Amino acid sequence: MLLSLEPRGRQSRAMLWLSPLLAGVLTLASGALLFAILGHPPLETFKVLLIDPVSDFYGVSELLVKALPILLCALGLAVAYQARIWNIGAEGQLLIGALAGSALAVHIIDWESRWALTLVLAAGTLAGAAWGGLAAWLRTRFNANEILTTIMLNYIALNLLLFFVHGPLKDPAGFNFPESATFGDASRLPAVVEDGRVHAGIYFALLALVAVWVLLQKSFVGFQIKVLGLDKRAAGFVGFRERRLVWLALLISGGLAGLAGVGEVTGPIGQLVPQVSPGYGYAAITVAFLGRLNPIGILFAGLLMALLYLGGENAQMAANLPQSITQLFQGMVLFFLLACDVLILYRPRLKLKWAKRAALQKAAA
Amino acid sequence: MSFDTASTPRLQMRGITKRYPGTLANDRVELSIQPGEIRALLGENGAGKSTLMKIIYGVTQPDEGEIIWHGEPLKMRDPAQARGLGIGMVFQHFSLFETLSVAENIALAMGAAAGTPKQLEPRIREVSQRYGMALEPHRLVHSLSIGERQRVEIVRCLMQDIKLLILDEPTSVLTPQEADELFVTLRHLAAEGCSILFISHKLGEVRALCQSATVLRGGKVSGHCVPTECSDMDLARLMVGAAEGLEASYPKVHGGLTRLRVDDLNWHNADPFGTSLAQCRLEVRSGEIVGIAGVAGNGQDELLALLSGEVRLPSTERERITLDNQPVANLYPDARRQLGLTFVPAERLGHGAVPDMSLADNALLTGFQMGLTRAGMINHGKVMAFADKIIADYAVKTPDAHTTARSLSGGNLQKFILGREILQQPKLLVAAHPTWGVDVGAAAAIHRSLIALRDAGAAILVISEDLDELFQISDRIGALCSGRLSPLAETAQTTPVEVGRWMAGEFEPVTHA
Repeated sequence: MLLSLEPRGRQSRAMLWLSPLLAGVLTLASGALLFAILGHPPLETFKVLLIDPVSDFYGVSELLVKALPILLCALGLAVAYQARIWNIGAEGQLLIGALAGSALAVHIIDWESRWALTLVLAAGTLAGAAWGGLAAWLRTRFNANEILTTIMLNYIALNLLLFFVHGPLKDPAGFNFPESATFGDASRLPAVVEDGRVHAGIYFALLALVAVWVLLQKSFVGFQIKVLGLDKRAAGFVGFRERRLVWLALLISGGLAGLAGVGEVTGPIGQLVPQVSPGYGYAAITVAFLGRLNPIGILFAGLLMALLYLGGENAQMAANLPQSITQLFQGMVLFFLLACDVLILYRPRLKLKWAKRAALQKAAA
Repeated sequence: MSFDTASTPRLQMRGITKRYPGTLANDRVELSIQPGEIRALLGENGAGKSTLMKIIYGVTQPDEGEIIWHGEPLKMRDPAQARGLGIGMVFQHFSLFETLSVAENIALAMGAAAGTPKQLEPRIREVSQRYGMALEPHRLVHSLSIGERQRVEIVRCLMQDIKLLILDEPTSVLTPQEADELFVTLRHLAAEGCSILFISHKLGEVRALCQSATVLRGGKVSGHCVPTECSDMDLARLMVGAAEGLEASYPKVHGGLTRLRVDDLNWHNADPFGTSLAQCRLEVRSGEIVGIAGVAGNGQDELLALLSGEVRLPSTERERITLDNQPVANLYPDARRQLGLTFVPAERLGHGAVPDMSLADNALLTGFQMGLTRAGMINHGKVMAFADKIIADYAVKTPDAHTTARSLSGGNLQKFILGREILQQPKLLVAAHPTWGVDVGAAAAIHRSLIALRDAGAAILVISEDLDELFQISDRIGALCSGRLSPLAETAQTTPVEVGRWMAGEFEPVTHA
């Protein structure tokens, strides 16, 4: 092996900050090479990909609209992942949240009271939490692996949503399109700026950010969650209740995903459609790990992810870049970021191949 | 010392120096071992023994100095090369896969060329019988006791053509009888020409087994000697410098009120390889230390889990274990802690402490009921103060409380865990193997802390496989065998031979009073 990694023994503080920078440099370098080979001027392409999408106020607002559901899901996932509960089901929890919120919203379409929005949001959040709770019940009652159950629950959630949007919840006056009726104004999330789509969901995301940060960094429950994740035997030895913590973690992550879903239908979309989520719940898994399961890290990772989405769309339109190239570039960003994080715990060391071979030959002889 | 001139040494280390950031782990260390020689390597934790062993075994490379094998200098690049040369090592922390069988573990370690687990089975049986170490190749490692796991590690080394066997504190998990059997094995091996490097803290054993000893202190060789010509005090002085309080004998006392009562405790173990407990009776009074001896795997783990609350009885059976007359057998560990129980488990890393968490977080782990949290929030200032107090009061060697538990040496982490439990001022402390793998200096410090806690009026139950230790510190003593507990006797009134018989199951069952 030419390059070997040896454990540092403790986290490198410097690398904690340097690793994203290094990843950025590596991405730009290899991205430039990629674009140059394909005949696109690198600097211009970077501008189209990374700067143009957020060069005006509308762009920033769109960035936030994209980032909000990812952030909410990823924050919830961070709680579960800290306990080593591998909830892959944020997507399903999000869809169920959207579905439940919509089901209530179309029934109270004529309400004018602000309670309508509160009830709809609560319905979506609770439904998402219940969907997460289902996985918790399966795990604590039957010891069913949550990775499998949450993935399967994603498909059930998607098909439930499709059934309702094609059937009971379809707008009778909607020319048979698979859409619900447009919600009443009282159950819509108000926009927070005049000329952008960013909506009041941003307050929930900020609130969730602070709440999850306090939970994980400051609270004793968060400490128990982390102990359970790192060392189940030690958690049992002091009497931390595994069942309760599993329930709590899955309810929180399900609830936040549900809130993300109901925030989409009451916010930018305004009705239930089959394409509520372009895979926010899956993107959130990447974002949660990219943010190192830390709420602040997740904030940056979520914004970066949203920027990559927007930049990809923009590059297809403005620079005539094929979609596969933009996806390749997105993959590169994520790869370098995660790869460089290895340097936090490990120190790279160059080893010369021939020297080792010689030693082995000598040993054999 | 006839070997010194007899032939070329099997292994020579010359001027070995190894620096780690902030420490000089080995400082111009010289060591040499002849074919057929059993040499002891003595030293406190942190003296540099492990580093030296890792260098011999190719795990790390020295910064300076050379290794000479059969008279030829060579560079030891990795453990595979060391094994190829015929060097075997039994680590203190076993490197076995718990979900695999004995044969599979051995096959994995030996590499594909050695054959499949099935092909190895006859040879495993043969080796284990030849050296008197009963081992069933089919059994899964997780169902083995610590002592049996060690046998797997030793047998694994003996499967190859072994020239140098390194053992890191091998007897810490054995009964005196078992240790004697191991010594027979080792002498047998040495007679066949295998060199043995024996790391131990038990000076009596070193004297019984080893022809020569090298003592390390602070990374340097502080002396070579012939163990049979040195007293314990001489050896200890080489190891720790000032040897105060190392040979302390503590006055035996009579306890006061009954704190812990275990009454006719029966517990069926669902694990076919585990031990079930039958009719265990036990009382621990305030101000006394009760010691429970026994060979690993005779119900210690099960009894400990029932006492700590990791395993609970149904509430109809809650009277089986009482603490200050309060039934606790159905309570969770945190509820028992609230009643004044604290607990030092057998495994330091992964059970008593979370390896990847800082010492501060590990202080919070069991200390949370000492007002370290408020309204569900952690008071980081108080946690740090508590951790710093443990580190200061119990002389834990660590840069600071932010260091992870994993990076501490065994003895230091044990002092930390014990300090954490004692500073909670328990009414009852249950400690499992409190000095397992801990050096002489740290062991003496741990014993002094236990005696001080006893004299402050706490009840202490120590479960240990180290009979010398139990005789040194406990006021009353008993033994576990096959899940049954012998009657307790005053330590002053009994002998190691008698307790050894109890460990083998020769006692009358306790009858109802």
